[in-house]
Amino acid sequence: MSVLVLAEHNGLVLDDATARAVTAAILVDPDVHVLVAGRDCGAVAARAAMLAGVAKVLIADDGDLADQLCEPLAGLIAGLGERYDAFVAPATTSGKSVMPRVAALLDVMQISDVIAVEAPDRFRRPIYAGNIIQTVRSRDSKKVLTIRTSAFSPAPSEHAKPIEPVNFQRGPHLSSFVAKVMARSDRPELTSARIVVSGGRGLGSAENFEAVLAPLADALGAALGASRAAVDAGFVSNDLQVGQTGKIVAPDLYIACGISGAIQHLAGMKDSKVIVAINKDPEAPIFQVADYGLVADLFEAVPEIRAAMPAG
Amino acid sequence: MRIMVAVKRVVDPNVKVRLLADGSGIDLTGLKMTMNPFDEIAVEEAVRLRELAIASEVLVVSIGPDKATETLRTALAMGADRGLLIKTDAPIEPLSVAKLLRAAAIEEKPDLILLGKQAIDDDCNQTGQMLAAQLGWAQGTFASNLAVEGDAVTVTREVDGGSQTVRLVLPAVITVDLRLNEPRYASLPNIMKAKKKPIAERQPADYGIVVEQRLEIVRLEEPAGRLAGIKVGSATELVERLRSEAGVLS
Repeated sequence: MSVLVLAEHNGLVLDDATARAVTAAILVDPDVHVLVAGRDCGAVAARAAMLAGVAKVLIADDGDLADQLCEPLAGLIAGLGERYDAFVAPATTSGKSVMPRVAALLDVMQISDVIAVEAPDRFRRPIYAGNIIQTVRSRDSKKVLTIRTSAFSPAPSEHAKPIEPVNFQRGPHLSSFVAKVMARSDRPELTSARIVVSGGRGLGSAENFEAVLAPLADALGAALGASRAAVDAGFVSNDLQVGQTGKIVAPDLYIACGISGAIQHLAGMKDSKVIVAINKDPEAPIFQVADYGLVADLFEAVPEIRAAMPAG
Repeated sequence: MRIMVAVKRVVDPNVKVRLLADGSGIDLTGLKMTMNPFDEIAVEEAVRLRELAIASEVLVVSIGPDKATETLRTALAMGADRGLLIKTDAPIEPLSVAKLLRAAAIEEKPDLILLGKQAIDDDCNQTGQMLAAQLGWAQGTFASNLAVEGDAVTVTREVDGGSQTVRLVLPAVITVDLRLNEPRYASLPNIMKAKKKPIAERQPADYGIVVEQRLEIVRLEEPAGRLAGIKVGSATELVERLRSEAGVLS
C-alpha cells in the first residue's frame, strides 16, 4: 500500500521538516502521499506536490482544521487508516502532539524520533537522551512514526504531482484555539540552520545574550540556541532550547558559548558536524565533544571571533 | 474537581546509562532511581490546584514493579492524597500504559489528568496523547501555564517558534513542560505523613488488560562517542582553523 506524510505548515508556507519526513517515508514505502490539512492552504499543497518522491497530495480544507488542533487532525488521519500502511510526521511539536493520538486511535504503538529506517518495519531511535540507540521491529500491521528531522536531508523539488481533496468529517469540539504568540526573528530556523550559536548560563543575563551572542550569530548568518540552564534562568525563550527535551540540531557548525555540556544538552547537538566550545572552565564536559575548544572568557572571546571574521 | 496524575519511576536523569556487557539491556544495577522530572512538575501543579481549592482530590497512579511504590510515596509527600499502583514486572510500552490509565480513569472519574510530557528513559512522548485519544478527551501537550475556568481549562503550550493557547473542554488530558512550575521538595513532616496515606494496588488483569509488547527490541547500542578535538590558543586561531581546516566558514 502507501505511506501518508503529515505536512507541517503555518497555513502559508510548507515547513522544511515536511521535506525531511518525505525522505524518511520513501524508505518505508516508495508510494508517498502528503496530507495538507488546514484552511485555504492551497499554496502549501502546491509546494508539497513538488517534493521529489511524492506521488500525490491530499488536501483537507475545513475551518476546524485551521488551527492544527490535535483532536480534529488526529480524527482526519485515523479516518484515512484503511488506505495506508504507514503514517509519518516530523517530530516537531505538532507532529509529537498529533501522531500518538493517531496511533492510539489505530491501536498502534508509535515509534518516536526515528533516526534511521532499516526496513519498512525496523527503525533506529535514540533513548536515554541519545546515550543508547535502540533498533526496534514493529509487530503492528500499520506503522506510525515521527522522524527526527536532523537525521534526514530534505527531499529536493521536481515537477508537480496531482493534488486531490479529501473529505473531513467534523467531530465534537473538544478544544478551541485562543491565541498564538510566535517569536519574531529574522534569523534562520534553529533546526534547519547551517550554523548555530548557542549560549548557556555563562552568558549571565538576557541583555548579554542580545549584546554579546546575537551579533556573532548575525555575522555568521546563524540561528541562536540556548542550553536549558539559560532558558530556566530566563535569558531566552524556551523555543531556543537545544537538548533532550528541546530542539535537536545537527548543523555544520555548532558554537557553544558558556555551556558546560550536561548530557541533556549534548543529546540535542552532538550530531553536529563541527562543534566549537568556548568556556572558561577547562574541565567543562562540553570540551569532551568539541572539535575545537577555546578556554577563555566568552565576553572577550566572542567579540574577538567576530572581529576575526571577514567583513560582510 | 478531581485530578489524576500519572508518575513513572526512572533512572536519575543525571546518570549516564550503560549497556549490559552482552548488550541485552540497560545496566540498572546500583543506579539511583527517581520520579521522572516532568511528572514531578505534573504532581506539583495538581497539588497547587488542590491548595487553591480548585481541586478536591489528587490521585497519583504509577505502573510498574513494587518499587514504583517509592515514586508514589514521593508524590504523596509532595501533597497528593492517595496512590494507585498498577503492578506489573513486564516491560511496558506507552500504548499499554495509556490503556491501563484509561481503565483507572474510567473507575476513578477524574476531571483532569496530568502527565509529564515525556519520560527521560524511553523518550517516547506519547502516553498523554494516547490516553486522551482512548478516552475521547481533549488534550493539551507541553503546557507552560494552565488555568481552570468552570468546565474548561485554558492551556498555554510550548510550541516550535513560540507558544499557543488553547481552551479544552473538561475532562481533559494535559502533559506538562519544564516551565509550568518549580516542583517543591517534600518536607520531613510531609514525608512522615505520606507514609500513612493510602496506596491501592491493582493488576492489569483486574482491568481485563493484557500487557503486550508491540515493539521487538532488535538491538541496543551505545552510539560511537565523539572524540575530543583540540584546544586552540586564541579566537584568531579558532577562526583560521574553522576556515582552512574545518571548511565551515567561508
